[in-house]
Amino acid sequence: MKTLPDKKGHFDIFGGRYAAETLMPALLELEEAYAGARRDKSFEQEFAAYRRDYAGRPTPLYPAQRMTRTLGGAKIYLKREDLNHTGSHKINNTLGQALLARRMGKKKVIAETGAGQHGVATATVAALFGMECKIFMGEEDIRRQAPNVFRMKILGAEVVPVKSGTATLKDAMNEAMRYWVGSVRDTFYIIGTTAGPHPYPMMVRNFQSVIGREIKRQLAHREGRGPDALVACVGGGSNAMGTFYPFRNDPAVKMFGVEAAGRGLATSEHSASISGGKIGVLHGNKTYLLQDEHGQVRDAYSIAAGLDYPGVGPEHAYFAAVGRVSYVAVTDKEAVEAFLFLSRQEGIIPALESAHAIAHALKIAPSMNKNEIIVICLSGRGDKDAQTIMETL
Amino acid sequence: MGRISEKFIALQARNEKALIVYLTAGDPSLAKTRELILELEKAGADMIEIGVPFSDPTADGPVIQAAAQRALKNGTTLAGVLAMIAELRRVSAIPVLLFGYYNPIFACGPEKFAAAAREAGADGLLVVDLPPEEAAELRVHTDAAGLDFISLVAPTTGRDRLKTILRTAAGFLYYISITGVTGTAAPKIEDLARDVAKIRRLTKMPIAVGFGITNAAQAEAIGAVADGVVIGSAVVKLIDEHHNHPDLLAVVSRYIGGIKAALR
Repeated sequence: MKTLPDKKGHFDIFGGRYAAETLMPALLELEEAYAGARRDKSFEQEFAAYRRDYAGRPTPLYPAQRMTRTLGGAKIYLKREDLNHTGSHKINNTLGQALLARRMGKKKVIAETGAGQHGVATATVAALFGMECKIFMGEEDIRRQAPNVFRMKILGAEVVPVKSGTATLKDAMNEAMRYWVGSVRDTFYIIGTTAGPHPYPMMVRNFQSVIGREIKRQLAHREGRGPDALVACVGGGSNAMGTFYPFRNDPAVKMFGVEAAGRGLATSEHSASISGGKIGVLHGNKTYLLQDEHGQVRDAYSIAAGLDYPGVGPEHAYFAAVGRVSYVAVTDKEAVEAFLFLSRQEGIIPALESAHAIAHALKIAPSMNKNEIIVICLSGRGDKDAQTIMETL
Repeated sequence: MGRISEKFIALQARNEKALIVYLTAGDPSLAKTRELILELEKAGADMIEIGVPFSDPTADGPVIQAAAQRALKNGTTLAGVLAMIAELRRVSAIPVLLFGYYNPIFACGPEKFAAAAREAGADGLLVVDLPPEEAAELRVHTDAAGLDFISLVAPTTGRDRLKTILRTAAGFLYYISITGVTGTAAPKIEDLARDVAKIRRLTKMPIAVGFGITNAAQAEAIGAVADGVVIGSAVVKLIDEHHNHPDLLAVVSRYIGGIKAALR
């Protein structure tokens, strides 16, 4: 496959830089600073050292033997991003962006968060590098992800409640962008997923690609071969992109991006932008969007706060359009079942977001051959979801 | 030459500055928006920016966000806004530009939108999230339809970038007076005078200033350095506060008349 995005940040017809003029100079400056960092070996060395010594990478590639036996099909590996410092893959990206912010001389950072995982990971690196930190979070998410709100506050971040819209991730991102318009001269916006205007989708992808690179190396070491299938959940799509990207040119590897079907794709209560959306423009990029016929963005819904977003990263839109990745959807109910399944089969409580990936693996693994290998990205741990789960049981 | 350029030329001849008034279409209703425009014209508004409501207005402050939400709740659509403009055109020749975000236009289809906007009698458009880097996909149609594609310049826009913007700007330049979203701060007049003077050295195009202007004193000071002033959040707020009031038109008319007096 071609290496994308192009110079203007387009993944074929997707992506781009649909941003307010006030932000354009900052986006161009960021693009240049990131290009400079990529050319500078010392940047990657320092980044790698933090990943190893601070985040705890590489994360294990765990053979889930009991789960494999129970399902009776493909051999299942879990990429344990939940074992990262802060409990999810989000730290891979926030470390990279915070190092870049420091390199650019920015001492203030802001971020949006849904489940709170990206907010915690941002608050963490802000503490680490002595930066002032504001996290925008929807009020509904503040309610259902209370433990993460406490963690952000403990880390010294200010959590700004967002009341507009459905008070979830989309609204938090709107508010973060508005705040950034007013503070762009001294503030770095750490976007948490492979969305937003160029260069964010590309940059976040590159920072998260450590997931797929490690899977490749670890699996080669253990099995002497690559995977047959990769499965990851997709909200904005950063853990999935990080998992898939290093395998994009290997046609033997099937890839499944799992969107949140919420209460079902036939209802309006889901977050499956690719399975149930149309092309549109939101938050700086062109991608698949949940929207009505007039181009008004619809509210997304999922039991998993981190998937509750009406758009999806533009490179996922591209992978969907060219057929490189199969995008499927899993309901709340299936995700909760998978959440409990993994907890009780392997003693691993997954994040509700990651449980969507587990749920799809439960569907495809049994019919696969025993000598085939599935790797599931277990993007985060589920402590934060205990309250939500107890309410549904 | 379109109505927008003609208006600036006529105003310059009279040594007047343009008063551009922003309204969120459909707040409180499209019929009321049309009535308000006619009243504003009588009160001295020279041009109207009609805000097409969008679900996620990331460049707008709380006042216009709330107005957009009310308008959407009322069922306001882009097609409805264009129909309202067409009706307005039967009785008024005031220059009208559409102000909004790209997704409703993209959903309609850029080509279909351009034809419909022209047909309705719109004169120009300003799409906040369509910088020059991405504008070609729409402008290929709107330029062909003779609509002025108004470009924004921000306090953060550097000289090289400004030159790039000027190469394709049409109608007038819209200078954003604050580093922030709409209606959230008052512009600093000294900074503004310096910034507008810098732009002036590079172009003969009229320059209008907006975002955060609320009173006649500010309008007068800005009118001294720029060719036009945009009033947005302040009038939207006034409309919201009086939307049920029988004096709505009179209140808005008095307010806008006061601003225009400062620009003559």
